[in-house]
Amino acid sequence: MGIDAKDLKQLKQIAKDLRLTVIDVMKWSGGAHVGGSLSCMDMLTALYFKYLNIDPLKPDWDERDRFILSKGHAAAGYIPVLAKRGFFPEEQLKSFNHFGSPFAMHPDTNKVVGCDASAGSLGHGLPIALGMALGLRFQGKDQKVVCMMGDGECQEGSVWEAAMAISHFNATNVITIVDRNKAQIDGTTEQVMALEPFADKWKAFGFDVIEIDGNDMAQVCEAFDKAWAKKPGDKPAFILANTVKGKGVDFMENQVPYHYCNGTDEVCAKAKASIMKMEV
Amino acid sequence: MAEVNTGTNWTCYDSSTMTAREIYGRTLAELAKSDDRIVAVTADLEKSTALNKFGVVHPDRLFNVGIAEQDMIGVAAGMAKVGLIPFASSFAIMTCLRGGEQIRTDICYQNLPVKIIATHSGISFGHAGTTHHCTEDFAIMKSFANMTVICPADGIETSKAVRACVDYPGPVYMRIGRGFEPPVYEDEDYDFEIGKATVMRDGKDLTIITCGIGVLQSINAAKTLADRDGVDVQVINMHTIKPIDRQAIIDAAKKTGKILTIEEHNVVGGLGESVANVIAEEGLQVQFKKHGMQDEFSMIGYAEDLYAHYKFDANGICEVVRDYLGIKYEADEDWEDE
Repeated sequence: MGIDAKDLKQLKQIAKDLRLTVIDVMKWSGGAHVGGSLSCMDMLTALYFKYLNIDPLKPDWDERDRFILSKGHAAAGYIPVLAKRGFFPEEQLKSFNHFGSPFAMHPDTNKVVGCDASAGSLGHGLPIALGMALGLRFQGKDQKVVCMMGDGECQEGSVWEAAMAISHFNATNVITIVDRNKAQIDGTTEQVMALEPFADKWKAFGFDVIEIDGNDMAQVCEAFDKAWAKKPGDKPAFILANTVKGKGVDFMENQVPYHYCNGTDEVCAKAKASIMKMEV
Repeated sequence: MAEVNTGTNWTCYDSSTMTAREIYGRTLAELAKSDDRIVAVTADLEKSTALNKFGVVHPDRLFNVGIAEQDMIGVAAGMAKVGLIPFASSFAIMTCLRGGEQIRTDICYQNLPVKIIATHSGISFGHAGTTHHCTEDFAIMKSFANMTVICPADGIETSKAVRACVDYPGPVYMRIGRGFEPPVYEDEDYDFEIGKATVMRDGKDLTIITCGIGVLQSINAAKTLADRDGVDVQVINMHTIKPIDRQAIIDAAKKTGKILTIEEHNVVGGLGESVANVIAEEGLQVQFKKHGMQDEFSMIGYAEDLYAHYKFDANGICEVVRDYLGIKYEADEDWEDE
């Protein structure tokens, strides 16, 4: 596909605007998994504003590509993306976490328009993505199923059950992404349960590992171009996206305690001021 | 393999020579011929669950994910999300517990039409050891919102239940045994409706409410009790554990005044508790007793020996009934006069 400078700038601007919305959601909801919502925002933006073949006016359209946010705790990042893309009014985001709201810390497919799978318990998304991909292939369809996981999530055994099976079934219509922001609740991934050599593990499971800076929009687009080009017989695509947890908010960046943050007025104001300084 | 043409659209199989598992696999293969939505997933147990009978006819529709029950359930959920009706099959205990959170969160929470056919349930896999027994599945599965729980009495009923669950909304959990259980029904010429119990034998003194292997053994016990003890026992096949047939329980309580539940499951969380709930909620004046595994792990042994030990066979059920009704009975141990 390739991307020209104008489109790139536009995507970066959308990602920046969405980062500001994440902070609003953190305020409206009382608190959010802000670190992991900000780290994956550039990829979410590229997916929903360039790569995924979707139609917000027909959220259940059979021919659409599917996306599973397996790291469901990044709902504060994901749900604003769906709103901005037009699946529902952004005004609705104000209800986040409140009684009767469709939106919570983890997304619910039966309540959130445009959301293809409920998630929250880690390690569930990749098997579901594989099931969708096998089901679509069986029906003679060639849509993509994109699954984004967290890096800490890959400590779950079910991730590797699915990884083995994606390779075994040569499910090249699955695009697996890991948001490698290097931190989880109790510390860095390497302190808690080391993942390295992470790329080698995925290579050993039969994937074409595309390693990028997941906060660099040009690299993100290049990786998706490669992943989308996969055909049966190729190795399935695995995008290892090195990111900064809390990206865009200087005092949160790579700070383990900002995995989750309460949305006080003071923190939100400081965070927004920092995001405003991001270059596009 | 004896096949019986029942004259319906379906070919039924002689359940005196085929196991419930085999009948399940073949029924599914028949159904899939006219239904493009049906696919099957297993975790290295296509032979043990008899899904290979399906795979022979529809090799492109059988997905074996290896020894990975979490993946099996997740994959089934994904397939359902793109419009298919997946049947997921593995041993009951591994399916329920290893894949339990996936069943709850990926299937039930999303309310997807995945049909889980769990084989080797209860203590039917006796000699495999207690790791392979499953006397907890009713408790787990009936506590998941949206889930329907079915336990057919034999191969014929398995075939009918498999067909009935295809278009039954939402997820279904169906437990079948290892397959060598003798048949209850002679043919498929009877009404099977999910959630509607079947009175297998009329009686006025006591009602046995049971499911699975308990149905045939209770019918046989009832015959003996009528002949030898003069007790008239009614037998109800409560093949659907959830949603339970409340009216059948109310009618039985009013008619016989005594209810005994029999299940190849822990009495904690099983069929008996579901029946007890109805009795309590309806304020029914009835004597009530639960027979099943008494909150214990099962012993090792061949299934038939275990059934005898835990009094799930006809003789054992006769003893349980006599004990319950306070009937004195002396076994005729004197072989000299035979």
